[in-house]
Amino acid sequence: MGSFAGGGLPPDDVVVTALRAGDETMFAALLDTWSGGMLRVARSYVSTDHSAEEVVQDTWLAVIGGIDAFESRSSVKTWVYRILINAAKKRGARESRTLPWSSFEHDGAAEEGRGLDEVPPGGRQEPPVAWPTPESEALASEVRGLIAEGLARLPPRQRTVITLRDVEGCTSEEVCEILEISAANQRVLLHRARTAVRGWLADYFESVKQPE
Amino acid sequence: MKRFTCDELAGLVTAYLEDALDRPDLDGVRTHLATCEGCERYVEQFRATVVALGDPPPEKLPADVRSRLMSAFRERRRL
Repeated sequence: MGSFAGGGLPPDDVVVTALRAGDETMFAALLDTWSGGMLRVARSYVSTDHSAEEVVQDTWLAVIGGIDAFESRSSVKTWVYRILINAAKKRGARESRTLPWSSFEHDGAAEEGRGLDEVPPGGRQEPPVAWPTPESEALASEVRGLIAEGLARLPPRQRTVITLRDVEGCTSEEVCEILEISAANQRVLLHRARTAVRGWLADYFESVKQPE
Repeated sequence: MKRFTCDELAGLVTAYLEDALDRPDLDGVRTHLATCEGCERYVEQFRATVVALGDPPPEKLPADVRSRLMSAFRERRRL
């Protein structure tokens, strides 16, 4: 599971009290547990590694500045990720790469087929072919690379949802809160994204299949 | 209970895996999967995809960014 699973972090009230008291060990633990996932999520909105790093840095600076005012209406994790998403959206909008933000902001799930023409939304054309067991490290690492590449081609909303859910291990409730979307909308975006990724993996396994 | 085609079933996999189906839909999906090898495999591949997604290449902040943030946290305490 991704770093976002929060492995080993204490409950929120402990975290907040420690941060307010200036506990560097606690800040370092949060930084090291969440920054990797935050970088992955930031990449859904910005085009370069450098931009993603700046977005994550700005997010942490906002967390440092805002921790005294944090009101526990949400979890710390949700709060941090909402700051991240806002920072990343702003940064993405400023970048030369022009993303169709209008379709991102509005409930554009219905038109989100862009770039996925080969995948009928939620459908399958023929019985799926069996996949090999990825026992070799080489195959597993190819699959990882393929997935990373594929995620970059997904429409932004789908990419953000599948990254939060399946890569970082957030619950659907957390994703709905972070992105301020409905449970149904979250599920549609997640389903389209997973369908696309499964399709790419299927194509890949088909292409490397040994002739019988 | 509902009856689903393979295509319809493929559209319900995430809802099925999330336990978000109502009773008639859930029964319909279960019945279909019990008798359709192709869809059973499709659902397994969906699960395998989710597992593969959860195993990404490691990623971390560059050391200079991390140390800048640690300093910023320390500085704030002195203000």
